[in-house]
Amino acid sequence: MTQIVEPNRRDLFKIAGGGVVIFFGLKPLAEAVAQDWPRYPSDFHAYLAIGADGRVTVFSGKIEMGQGVLTSQAQMAAEELGVPLSSVDMVLGDTARCPWDMGTFGSLTTRMFGPHLRTAAAMARGVLLELAATRLDAPVNRLRAKDGVIAVIGAPGRMVSYAALSRQARIARGLDKAPPLHTPSEFTVMGRSAKRLDGVEKVTGAAKYAADIRLPGMLYARILRPPQHDATLKRVDTAAAEKLAGIVVVHKKDLIAVLHADPEVASVALSRIVTEWDQPASTLDQDTIFAHIEAAAKDVQVLQSKGDVTRTRAARAFDVTFHKGYVAHAPIEPHAALAEVKGGHATIWASTQTPFPTRDEIARALNFKPEAVRVITPYVGGGFGGKSRSIQAIEAARLAQVTGKPVQVEWTRADEFYNDTFDPAAVVKIRSGLTDANRIAYWDYEVFAAGGRAAEIFYDIPNLRVRSAGGMSYEGAAARKGLHPFGVGPWRAPGANMNIFAVESQIDTLAAAAHADPMAFRMAHLSDPRMRRVLRSCADAFGWKPAAGPSGRGVGMALSSDAGSYVATMAEVKVDKQSGKVHVERITCAIDMGVVVNPEGARMQTEGCLTMGLGYTFAEELRFKGGRILDSNFDTYHLPRFSSLPKMIETVLVKNDALAPQGCGEPAITTTGAVIANAVFDACGARLTRLPMTPERVRAALLAQGT
Amino acid sequence: MSHAIRFNLNGNPVSLPAGNNRTLLWALRTDTGVTGPKYGCGEGLCGACTVLVDGKPVRSCSFPLNDVVGKNVTTIEGLAKKGVLHPLQQAFIDHGAFQCGYCTSGMLLTAYALLQENPHPSRDDIVTGLDHNLCRCGAHQRIVAAVQTAARQAGGRP
Repeated sequence: MTQIVEPNRRDLFKIAGGGVVIFFGLKPLAEAVAQDWPRYPSDFHAYLAIGADGRVTVFSGKIEMGQGVLTSQAQMAAEELGVPLSSVDMVLGDTARCPWDMGTFGSLTTRMFGPHLRTAAAMARGVLLELAATRLDAPVNRLRAKDGVIAVIGAPGRMVSYAALSRQARIARGLDKAPPLHTPSEFTVMGRSAKRLDGVEKVTGAAKYAADIRLPGMLYARILRPPQHDATLKRVDTAAAEKLAGIVVVHKKDLIAVLHADPEVASVALSRIVTEWDQPASTLDQDTIFAHIEAAAKDVQVLQSKGDVTRTRAARAFDVTFHKGYVAHAPIEPHAALAEVKGGHATIWASTQTPFPTRDEIARALNFKPEAVRVITPYVGGGFGGKSRSIQAIEAARLAQVTGKPVQVEWTRADEFYNDTFDPAAVVKIRSGLTDANRIAYWDYEVFAAGGRAAEIFYDIPNLRVRSAGGMSYEGAAARKGLHPFGVGPWRAPGANMNIFAVESQIDTLAAAAHADPMAFRMAHLSDPRMRRVLRSCADAFGWKPAAGPSGRGVGMALSSDAGSYVATMAEVKVDKQSGKVHVERITCAIDMGVVVNPEGARMQTEGCLTMGLGYTFAEELRFKGGRILDSNFDTYHLPRFSSLPKMIETVLVKNDALAPQGCGEPAITTTGAVIANAVFDACGARLTRLPMTPERVRAALLAQGT
Repeated sequence: MSHAIRFNLNGNPVSLPAGNNRTLLWALRTDTGVTGPKYGCGEGLCGACTVLVDGKPVRSCSFPLNDVVGKNVTTIEGLAKKGVLHPLQQAFIDHGAFQCGYCTSGMLLTAYALLQENPHPSRDDIVTGLDHNLCRCGAHQRIVAAVQTAARQAGGRP
């Protein structure tokens, strides 16, 4: 049952500033919402406003963290409304002005929120057409809306602009039935590459991020962090810190902070706090964690099951275990927030992927009603899942409440590494076998601690079992308890990076054992026409020439199905056998994401995915000892950099206009580990089963196979 | 302690309290309203805080405020002249050479200084010149292309 409660329209006028206010979330939209995402509330309305000057303001609870949804959402609204893209202004992630939203993650903005936004804009167009019909004294079916003007078809001069209609009166109305959305053949704004709307601001320094907001009298906070996650504070002495002029010390149970009008003085004060901690010892580190995870990961779920995998019917068995360490989100912008608490209200500018859940969390921390808390999300300097949790916003709000002053919390890089919710270390065990005819006979797959995303097999295998133990590790305390020595959470395509690494590496191993070309072997086990087409498109662009591996050429491929999109990636590498260093020469990625809203934006996301993916592929692995994080900055934790990247990352957008827009921010990254592992194998015959593939591990793999 | 540090910021004279061991990044961000230089790592490892001091790129997070006395400091806010984007800025927009934008001011100023030194850089020169600026979004190949375009357009004039 979907219950619809309309907002107080007077309030909306106040917020939107008059003109025609279009409500959506009326019946047609609510039905779509209920169908798509039951958690999406139907008791409030996303909306857009058309100003008396004809400019359109779109309000969306999504946030812009680099992925380009500022622009793509504007394109979707402009398309369905029938206005030029240049006349659209966006308001994102402001809980007082935007419709509720769960958060910006999961490649959901376009595929999940997009249809609702488009429907709303189409409804707005419908309302405007009805208004114009009265004004122009012509039936709606004789009217055409284009570029913000409604004209009577075949009667030049009989026209009225959206701006004129919105000046007419303050009108608020909905439609019972949503007009049909534009089809790709009708598109004039969607489906075409649009320059990013945040371009000028971002190249001139005008773009504001959470730590760039200033309020009179604000204090900058530095927060005391334990030396390790399971440490207990035995003694703390803040006397030396308090001697600094102008310093404010806050000591509230779990929150010890020093604040000052100059952030550097606050840092000095922090360094003067004397502490003693109880620090339990632990044997867990980046090498011993895997055995622990295998033992501790409970709650086994069967994700896929077919035939019988318990008996080995195959001529040859191939059983392999894969490993991957913890990976940091490491956005260049650390978590930051500015909070002001006064008059029973709190306003927080936050670097967050989840403005609404963060608002609710802040409200609980301050003992306020959610309505008394407003979270505003300026530009976010990278998130990748890591800003789904925004503890810094709660810290800032609590400190503002205690001190009565506006407080900025900007995590130091060490804070960021300490508080990060890492991509969990994970293990995958695969038992698989080939028949005499070189068909995959069975596939018994178990993933520990990464979760089941992209673990399910899209190949045709008669006997199949896919299981996931320990869940996605951030799903519920039960799965989390005792599994990891510190916080873990969603990291761009959570779990899928590990699963595709394991699956596609193993498929390659089976292809090599069958003395088959990796592409031919995959095709022989693929009946999904969409996947076959994506693979073929990638091969054409890359110039794939069939050969069984290892061919010595250093080429590899990997396939993935994630967030509704299909991906095929191919890469060429060179391996220096002495040093174990791998250099990627080029990467080609073909992706079918259904209708593409902004082709250039889609290419940027895909390139970004593959570039970021090379980080977890080659170098990124958190070092730790129990709850103590040993990496605290970029001197020991290495992100991809210009010299480590291929000269070319090519993206092929495989046209599929019959399918609604699918996810784009994550799918390509899932293929990176496997495509490189397979190219390395093809280059030198060494099979890498642990991410990241550091030079030492490549050397070790070469030694192990006697090269 | 209370004396003033005077320098030119984007062409305008400014005077900031010296303080104790203040660094340029925090002095700019706290006292001048200039927020283009970003905090990313605090140890000169990521380049998000890059500004130009007398035309040379420095990591402002590790650069003493005392050392800019009498000098010209340029931040990203000072790159466009009279509202006209510098060719590098335009090239970044045209190539989509950024995503989240947080590293962008550091990238642009590092590239600007690179082109001042070497108006006809090879691809390898650009890669080497920008190698200590980190971008997490993966805009690297577009950044390289944008710098190449700006260099071409300037015809060797920085």
